[in-house]
Amino acid sequence: MALIDKHVILEKNVTLLLIFSLLVVSVGGIVQIAPLFYLENTIEDVEGVRPYSPLELTGRNIYIREGCYVCHSQMIRPMRDEVERYGHYSLAAESMYDHPFQWGSKRTGPDLARVGGRYSDEWHVDHMMDPQSVVPESVMPKYAFLMNRVISPDSTFVEDTMATNRFVGVPYTDEQMEMAVADFWSQVDPNGNIFADADPDALLERYPGAQTRNFDGQPEVTEMDAIIAYLQVLGTMVDFSTFEPVASR
Amino acid sequence: MSKDDKNKVNTTGHEWDGIEEYNNPLPRWWVWIFYATIIWGIGYTIAYPAWPLVKGATPGLLGFSTRANVQAEIERFEDMNSEVKAQLASADLTTLADNEEIYSYAIQSGRATFATFCSQCHGSGAAGAKGYPNLLDNDWIWGGDIEEIAYTIRHGIRNEDDFDARYSEMPAFGDDYLSDEEITNVVAYVRSLSGLENEQGDVTAGEVVFLDNCAACHLEDGTGDRLQGAPNLTDAIWLYGSSFQEVEHSVRVGPFGVMPAWGAEGVGLDESQINGVAAYVHQLGGGE
Repeated sequence: MALIDKHVILEKNVTLLLIFSLLVVSVGGIVQIAPLFYLENTIEDVEGVRPYSPLELTGRNIYIREGCYVCHSQMIRPMRDEVERYGHYSLAAESMYDHPFQWGSKRTGPDLARVGGRYSDEWHVDHMMDPQSVVPESVMPKYAFLMNRVISPDSTFVEDTMATNRFVGVPYTDEQMEMAVADFWSQVDPNGNIFADADPDALLERYPGAQTRNFDGQPEVTEMDAIIAYLQVLGTMVDFSTFEPVASR
Repeated sequence: MSKDDKNKVNTTGHEWDGIEEYNNPLPRWWVWIFYATIIWGIGYTIAYPAWPLVKGATPGLLGFSTRANVQAEIERFEDMNSEVKAQLASADLTTLADNEEIYSYAIQSGRATFATFCSQCHGSGAAGAKGYPNLLDNDWIWGGDIEEIAYTIRHGIRNEDDFDARYSEMPAFGDDYLSDEEITNVVAYVRSLSGLENEQGDVTAGEVVFLDNCAACHLEDGTGDRLQGAPNLTDAIWLYGSSFQEVEHSVRVGPFGVMPAWGAEGVGLDESQINGVAAYVHQLGGGE
């Protein structure tokens, strides 16, 4: 009884009560969260996942700004119906460079985790301009204004965004940081119509698998280019023909 | 508990202003359930993956794995369908309709595959949209018998993933090929082929432009050539719109509609799925 009588001390000392309450409550958090940072079977090494290229990152910021995550998830759950509709279930590693992640929690529209490569750029343009023109039953709002918003690396603060991402742990190399502006142009303007020093080969070396072309079909570089570049890379980084899932995860 | 029982119940000893705090024991049923949940919880963490160790977590005695479960679930359905899928994959499409069991499976599975992969462009009812062909009518750009449809699905149109993709390219006649006046005239002529009235353009002059520039693919009478994917211009079906502005836009930029090669490696549809979609599309109404 001696120990249990001691809790009178806690009950009569508000600071001690607070400190001990905090200790007790944090046990739950530590038990649930801390192991995730070191357990090998939660941190799966997957080949092919790379940080977003400057243009993709710009598109990603537009995706977040417009609140796409409110209606679209990016998380294919390991269930048969989802795998058959959307493709291979999502892996933790596929969103390891997402800050913040875009898993979402509600699907008013379809999941977008593997939308990359599934539609043509023209379809995306048609669909953003007027979703109901291609999907009459859709309730998605129009995003036609993205076509008119001309962007550049400066106007989208892409270097700052990359620096911020690097600060929170995305492994952008010094070279990638240095070439951010060139890479931005090289991806959307591989022929060098706007940016004379466009070098898509160098971009591909820094960002393997990046798609380089004029995405929206207009001569200007707009937010539409950026968001389509982002959509077209979603879920395409991992080559699932060579990926072998470890069943114990 | 009535007031008379007051003396039988212990109090905590806390008393303030005549108000005492009873120290009733918790109901026994509650306490036992509480203990049972603790024991259940311990058993649960032994049966299922739970305890974090140095490198990994305990896998649990039952060997539960979400990934293994979904894999087994997918395989279970694959196994159930494997026989009919194999038959469909190697079936002769022209005689597919004779075998009721396989044909019915083809239509049903084709409908599901269409809804998943094709409906985004061709519409959930296959009625298409501007720039995306309607699959319900008799107007086929590349051919409408079941084998042609299957070929189009397998290899796609104007894509770089498949060497055998259907390919043709209409010139952008606005790029220095034709003058503005010639374009206006030829648009008027093309629209007149299907009986549309024009407020501008010289139809007779347009016919000359048409025969010089367009007839190689769309044929002299404008009925089109499926080998080149050149649409019939004499009917009332317009993929890119029938208004003067829309037809003029098509002449100026040269539409370049694309379709993925669904049979290409890595894209995902297997032979039975392609045949299923082909059978489904073919029986929608326009199949030849």
